[in-house]
Amino acid sequence: MPKLTINGTEVEVPPGFTILQACNQAGIEVPHFCFHQRLAIAGNCRMCLVEQEKAPKPVASCAMPVADGMVVHTNSPLAQKARKGVMEFLLINHPLDCPICDQGGECDLQDEAMAYGKDRGRYQEAKRAVREKDFGPLVKATMTRCIHCTRCIRFASDVAGVPDLGGTGRGENMEVGTYVEKALTSELSGNMIDLCPVGALTSKPYAFEARAWELRKTESVDVLDALGTNIRLDVRGQAVMRILPRVNEDVNEEWLSDKGRFAVDGLLKRRLDRPYIRRNGKLVEASWPEALTAVADRFGKLSGDKIAAIAGDLCDVESMLALKELMVSLGSANLDCRQDGAKTPAAPRAGYLFNSTIAGIDKADVVLLIGSNPRQEAPVLNARLRKRYLKGGFRAAQIGPAFDATFPITVLGAGPDVLQALADGAHPWFETLKGAQNPMIILGSGAVARADGLAILELARRLADAAGVVRDDWNGFNVLQRAASRVGGLDIGFVPGAGGRDLEGILDGSSTGAIEAVYLLGADEFDTSRLGSAFVVYQGHHGDKGAARADVVLPGAAYTEKNGTYVNTEGRVQLGRLAVYPPGEAKEDWRVLRALSEQLGRALAYDSLPQLRQHMLSQFPLFAQVDHVVPAPWLPFAAAGTVSAAGFSYPIDTYYMTDPISRASPTMAECVVSFAPNPQSKTGTHG
Amino acid sequence: MLRDEDRIFTNLYGLHDPGLAGALKRGDWSGTKDLILKGRDWLVEEVKNSGLRGRGGAGFGTGLKWSFMPKPGSGRPHYLVVNADESEPGTCKDREIIRHDPHKLVEGCLLASVAMDVHTCYIYIRGEYYNEAQRLQAAIDEAYAAGLIGPDACGSGYAFDLYLHRGAGAYICGEESALLESLEGRKGQPRMKPPFPAGAGLYGCPTTVNNVESISVVPTILRRGSAWFAALGKPKNVGTKIFCISGHVNKPCSVEEELGIPLKELIETYAGGVRGGWDNLLAIIPGGSSVPMIPKSICETVTMDFDALREVRSGLGTAAVIVMDKSTDIIKAIARLSRFYKHESCGQCTPCREGTGWVWRMMERMVKGNAAVEEIDLLLEVTQQMEGHTICALADAAAWPVQGLIRHFRPEMEARIHQYRDAAQRRVAAE
Repeated sequence: MPKLTINGTEVEVPPGFTILQACNQAGIEVPHFCFHQRLAIAGNCRMCLVEQEKAPKPVASCAMPVADGMVVHTNSPLAQKARKGVMEFLLINHPLDCPICDQGGECDLQDEAMAYGKDRGRYQEAKRAVREKDFGPLVKATMTRCIHCTRCIRFASDVAGVPDLGGTGRGENMEVGTYVEKALTSELSGNMIDLCPVGALTSKPYAFEARAWELRKTESVDVLDALGTNIRLDVRGQAVMRILPRVNEDVNEEWLSDKGRFAVDGLLKRRLDRPYIRRNGKLVEASWPEALTAVADRFGKLSGDKIAAIAGDLCDVESMLALKELMVSLGSANLDCRQDGAKTPAAPRAGYLFNSTIAGIDKADVVLLIGSNPRQEAPVLNARLRKRYLKGGFRAAQIGPAFDATFPITVLGAGPDVLQALADGAHPWFETLKGAQNPMIILGSGAVARADGLAILELARRLADAAGVVRDDWNGFNVLQRAASRVGGLDIGFVPGAGGRDLEGILDGSSTGAIEAVYLLGADEFDTSRLGSAFVVYQGHHGDKGAARADVVLPGAAYTEKNGTYVNTEGRVQLGRLAVYPPGEAKEDWRVLRALSEQLGRALAYDSLPQLRQHMLSQFPLFAQVDHVVPAPWLPFAAAGTVSAAGFSYPIDTYYMTDPISRASPTMAECVVSFAPNPQSKTGTHG
Repeated sequence: MLRDEDRIFTNLYGLHDPGLAGALKRGDWSGTKDLILKGRDWLVEEVKNSGLRGRGGAGFGTGLKWSFMPKPGSGRPHYLVVNADESEPGTCKDREIIRHDPHKLVEGCLLASVAMDVHTCYIYIRGEYYNEAQRLQAAIDEAYAAGLIGPDACGSGYAFDLYLHRGAGAYICGEESALLESLEGRKGQPRMKPPFPAGAGLYGCPTTVNNVESISVVPTILRRGSAWFAALGKPKNVGTKIFCISGHVNKPCSVEEELGIPLKELIETYAGGVRGGWDNLLAIIPGGSSVPMIPKSICETVTMDFDALREVRSGLGTAAVIVMDKSTDIIKAIARLSRFYKHESCGQCTPCREGTGWVWRMMERMVKGNAAVEEIDLLLEVTQQMEGHTICALADAAAWPVQGLIRHFRPEMEARIHQYRDAAQRRVAAE
């Protein structure tokens, strides 16, 4: 390990470290703009210049590898002078429009200018201005403010894997842009806003909405995909103004998908803020007692086999548990949390988890995707796959229709026949999988959400066992879930009990009249027309498909409005936290269920969230392991039927609209228009 | 004075056949096979002993540079890239070599490649050298046809391929790492060092980038011996060099001479003297636009070599001697250079991207005198803020001419400012 001296202190760092990293380790801050630890080194901003003894000129610490015996001064007059010079150069063509810049208050340039800037400019010539550019509905580009650090370019080409951005022109005429003006085509484009050290790239929907210092910050988790991205909710008053990612190396590093970030405005639209009861075919406003009485009247009078409950994709574990226990106390086994019709059973746990863990992708060398498009189902996970690809020595193949992948991927076929051949060892790729150090199979949630889902699952398992994908120290069998509630729901067994009906059974029963009342806990993603003449209660936060069909609507809380537990696709238990209160008369979901149970005369045994959690822990101890992944034992799967020949299809048509929140979001609606495969061009008579 | 028999470029003026037949007559390609068979170590040692310093401007020892290449057997291909992106204003030495003696370059590529275990060599020629590229390609084709290069170069069993790549005309692509970027198909922007090209260059493989002239003199050095070359010129500044004399001289020309020739002698002997006589001389830029100028007083005595010019705070650069007589508006001349560097900055590093524009705009005001006297100090400070703070040396190249101007012609700049003020005052008074 090389030893070097920084500002008179001897530091020992691993070989290959740069001076900047060594300084960070020693707790010495070196200002920088272009350097970012997750991006390739560019070394072009020149802000991180430090003095290195025996070097003829100051060196860029971000790019200079350490050597034994190096003597570095980060704050010597030479280094200070160099930085002040760079800062002056950065500012001469910067518009200095901080008062009208959304980056104000959280701007690296602003901060560093406090340390290295002069109190007045010496530049008397005309400043450069750059023409407005349109980067699409999410990212607002004010390129006059750009300091050409190229972080966004490197992010787009390396992390996001879309070569959308680049520098055109030379010298002071260099501009960062999309070559031909077009919208950024990445599902991760919002991260460029975080990366931009100045106000060149800011959030378009959030433009001029709030100032950084006005916002209250709450740490939570994203629920718009099943990754459990760690986020921070920035709140002003009673509105979540924006959502930013938090660093969690094991989950999302520091990225957040565009849906998770920009669907935030959907939280203010189409909200259910009071109970409704359907009277004469129309939903009319009602009071809580009226609504609860209406529900209790129907549910209380029906026998258990005539009622059913379906949980949606965004539910917290607590409310699902409350609903499950309420249904059980009513004698019903008709429960399902798999509203997409997935056949994954609730046991064994390894059968529905992303067992390798997300961080495990870094170790994988061969990946087989089965009926999964990770770019749409989990963009941040897709970025991790690409990161692994860029490291080299990585091969990927897929079974399913070709899609716009961000890393090279061999298409083996479209249907289960290829999977069958692989499992039989009759496909050339079997050997690749078998010969791999850490092979990974990723089974998409769409691949198991079909009638033969159980058989597909079993077939994938056969392949995993045959190819040695699962070892004592490595489990490469993965199911990539899409719904934030799914793993939690399966963990608490929100599935049909003995003799109970699953989603298909409930819907069939509803249309034939065998099921007379259905309780929807935020469930919208199925064909509600199949509910027939059943009495439908919808408890949720958005007026979506479920509420439209409901006979009674009970307003619940969105994920930003309640303390709830979520389990991500790898089985990591994480806590979402309340940032704002539910709107109007809406209540936290477990409270609604608790009140309903009272009304039904079957009061649940908890009166507060801590009590509910205590109860949950006593039944399911794994929920105590917050933020950790407990490896699931590799137990035998349930017996399976036969596989149909139908090819795999991906469950997501439109990435930007997959749940009630994103469907309510005006920003997501704009994205749908902008990124439609064949956007309708506006004509002269349009609008 | 260089004796005729010591000249390396015997067809510098194109008086003879530039093709293979003519080249053979001039002694090119003679005994090349034997030189190849002497082996890699001998070749590197011989070039090292000759004391040849890179002719591209920096003057780094060519043999030493070659010795940085890893030993054979690293498992990665090695590359030689010849920098024919000759864009330094005032410089036209490589052009003359490629036009009239291209076989010296082709043979040099082969021998240098053998010395570095290179089997693939690229020549990156600037896009504007269209005719020269045609001529060079013809020479390469001739050499292939004659079996001098190719799978069995000169019958030595050494496989050698030579490719010519035309650039698109960016000055920065003459910087070795930007040249490699451009050759790889990306935007021509200099790379960070380390890693140096000898470790990770073209396509991440060990690469040496040499100037056309450095490579072209190698065959002659090897044939006539390192001692012969080392005996020419001055100690540590040995050998011959092509000087390109332009500007206010009676007969602008390119000429091969010994390093260390007095500047005055060079101009008087070969360029027909300064226009209007030596006393009409104002200043000379001795090494291409990026080195600081030297005023007449220094020109009287200075010799043309790396070290002597460094001592007078200038540089030999590419040995492009730009002569300016007293009719020159020296401020305007330097302002024009500032504009050139502003136009050619790649835009990657902050000090260069922002600084070159700032300097040029100030220089334009200096030309008119529309400035404050204190701004001369500001100008100097800005150039110092640029210098040495960037990835490549373009910022230095942009800073030095201005620094040279301020160093030697500050009184003229001040006078211009006063003149402008006075004129403005007179205008006000007249109204």
